[in-house]
Amino acid sequence: MWEKRPVIFLVLATAAILVGTIVTMVLPFAWVNTDADRIEGVKPYTALQQEGRDVYIREGCNNCHSQTVRPLVSDVLRYGEYSKSGEFVYDRPFLWGSKRTGPDLARLGGKYPDEWHYKHMESPRSMVPKTNMPDYGWLADNQLDPHMIQRKMEVLDFPFTADEIKGLNGKNEMDAMVAYMQKLGSDIPWRQATETTIVGDLVNPYPNVDHATMEPWEEIYAANCAACHGEHLEGVIGPELVGEAYDEETLFTLIYTGIQDGGMPSFASLGTDKVWKLVNFIKYYNQGENH
Amino acid sequence: MEKVDYNYAIVRSFVTWSIIWGVVAVLVGVIVSLQMVDPDLNFPPYLTFGRLRPIHTNAGIYGWGVGSIFATFLFIVQRLCKVPLWSNGLAKFQLWFFNATIIASAVTLLLGYTTSKEYHEMEWPIDVMIVILWVAFAINIIMTILKRKDEQMYISLWYMMASLVGVAILFLVNSAAEPVSLFKSYSAYAGTNDANVHWWFGHNAVAMALTAPPLAMFYYFLPKSTGVPIYSHRLSIVAFWSLIFMYLWTGAHHLLWTPVPDWIQTLAMGFSVMLIAPSWGSVFNGYLSMNGQWHQMRENYLVKFLILGITFYGLQTLQGPMQAVRTFSAFIHYTDWVPAHIHMGTMGWVSMIAFGSIYYLTPRIYGKQLYSIPLANLHFWLILIGQLIWSISLWVAGVLQAGMWNAMNPDGSLTYTFMETMVEMYPYWWARAIGGVIYFIGVLVFIYNLVKTVGKGDEESSEQALAEGRA
Repeated sequence: MWEKRPVIFLVLATAAILVGTIVTMVLPFAWVNTDADRIEGVKPYTALQQEGRDVYIREGCNNCHSQTVRPLVSDVLRYGEYSKSGEFVYDRPFLWGSKRTGPDLARLGGKYPDEWHYKHMESPRSMVPKTNMPDYGWLADNQLDPHMIQRKMEVLDFPFTADEIKGLNGKNEMDAMVAYMQKLGSDIPWRQATETTIVGDLVNPYPNVDHATMEPWEEIYAANCAACHGEHLEGVIGPELVGEAYDEETLFTLIYTGIQDGGMPSFASLGTDKVWKLVNFIKYYNQGENH
Repeated sequence: MEKVDYNYAIVRSFVTWSIIWGVVAVLVGVIVSLQMVDPDLNFPPYLTFGRLRPIHTNAGIYGWGVGSIFATFLFIVQRLCKVPLWSNGLAKFQLWFFNATIIASAVTLLLGYTTSKEYHEMEWPIDVMIVILWVAFAINIIMTILKRKDEQMYISLWYMMASLVGVAILFLVNSAAEPVSLFKSYSAYAGTNDANVHWWFGHNAVAMALTAPPLAMFYYFLPKSTGVPIYSHRLSIVAFWSLIFMYLWTGAHHLLWTPVPDWIQTLAMGFSVMLIAPSWGSVFNGYLSMNGQWHQMRENYLVKFLILGITFYGLQTLQGPMQAVRTFSAFIHYTDWVPAHIHMGTMGWVSMIAFGSIYYLTPRIYGKQLYSIPLANLHFWLILIGQLIWSISLWVAGVLQAGMWNAMNPDGSLTYTFMETMVEMYPYWWARAIGGVIYFIGVLVFIYNLVKTVGKGDEESSEQALAEGRA
């Protein structure tokens, strides 16, 4: 009989659609973003960070970058601590994305120094030679509009000060973007919590290396170190490595665990073997040898 | 027999405009596929991948997809109800407002006015336009159905009505936002809630805009093309109600392993697997309708488009549930496998059905026989081959990249850095671009064929054939 009664049909179809809708879409509001998943220490965005987020949205960065680390071994090893619901309460809209043409950015904050981001945004290929990320240096030509940003902060109901808004004068979209990058995923102290501790004695598996042995290792250095320390260890964003007299254990520890306050990321994800190769490569060539 | 004054002019216009937006969608798709392999093809600020990709997706979904739905539904509803449209004026308004909305969408997206929500990127003023558009369409369809001459509503009308209601609910809820200015708003929901609402929308937009309507077309145009009825009415009833009931539970399969509560993910996973049944209900109903008619696959180009279309629907609705299983999702999600899946649905299933439907419509709304059936066959093979190259190359790419992301050394560290996995994608991205170009050429052949058909001078009048209900 519903096949002959359009009004009854529409009511039945609406009811069929609403059941799943209510259970899986409406009900979750009772748990999500409540005390049930609140995390102490998660702060709203500052005016500069929020504007960076809006530039990120405007440029469609979410088309290539996700912002959720899954509780899976390979995700956590690659990106860091898995994402938690309470970390996103100030995200309107959410920016989790659905494709990783580029890497996930949920834990990017604090991984690199600001200067790395400025250089990378301006010319991604100068830092990561084979990347397909477009250049975004032109963001630096766009001055911020403090008046508009204040309005945004009011709509979002985020705290701000008059000084903070005034401080936006003279800042550009690149500054905002970098500020946003540095905030990502850094509201919980996950880096400290997951810091690698090396247990036991470190033994260099490649004690007697020469030029020929290290030929193929140059690629590892070029891909992971050269952007900051220079092709010839001369230093760019990171310090010059030439002439530094590190012992093997210290060098291994520095590379493997990184220097959290100094802007050097951990390279534990490379694995011990590649880190040892880097240790030997750097030790050999920072004593004046040319590769 | 009483002569009904059907409004075919509006169908002609929607066919034309949907194809125009379809060309834009495919062309922009080819451009962004080339930007993936060569970043120098980005021209900031307007012509970057980040801004063009939403234009590709939205032109495809709203311009070509919804445009061809408008065209076919406005035809089907008149024929099935055996009455003219309720309001020709409203239909005309719908046509112009549709084009205004699509143009406004393309321009604003190019200017960077976006909400960032996938397949719902347009900012709030355009959301308002889309709501007006959909209401105008829904009123016309429903009012036409209410004054129908045939008491029994055919299967296609069920899917149409479900789509009208479904899209309205989804779109209104997901559009909720607080405006800051004319071109900037913030979602009414935050973080995990926003994600869950959005993918409830996202997945069911696929259900209500890109599944129910093509099924409505399929159930109408297949029997019309073959001349034999649908195999089982009962099967179509079961498939219809279970499909629209189950779909709405599955949105969170886009959010497996994210902070969305586990029980929602589990429900989404379970219902996704169950969805195989109603999906294949329609596939079987289509196949079994071909009993004794399979020779038409060789003789009738319309059947070829429609049956290949429903075949890709069948494959799509097996692959989809597979991806919705946690373990498989853990491996494949975020890789190029996912766009390959989507494009089998859009280029294979939805577009094949839309092309077949338009081929069926053209002689009837223009009163002229198709210019060239060999060209229609060429079109068929080009889009089939283009799509297969597109999808297969990226399925391989997705499995390769997923394997590399998960590869581990004996000491428990990762084998590859992210960049080492990304550079492996370039050859496959090239293959995808080539597949896209072949598909684009196929679409151009289609357009050439239609233009030549419409431009034909001579004609034995099909007006009479239409009036007699033969066509």
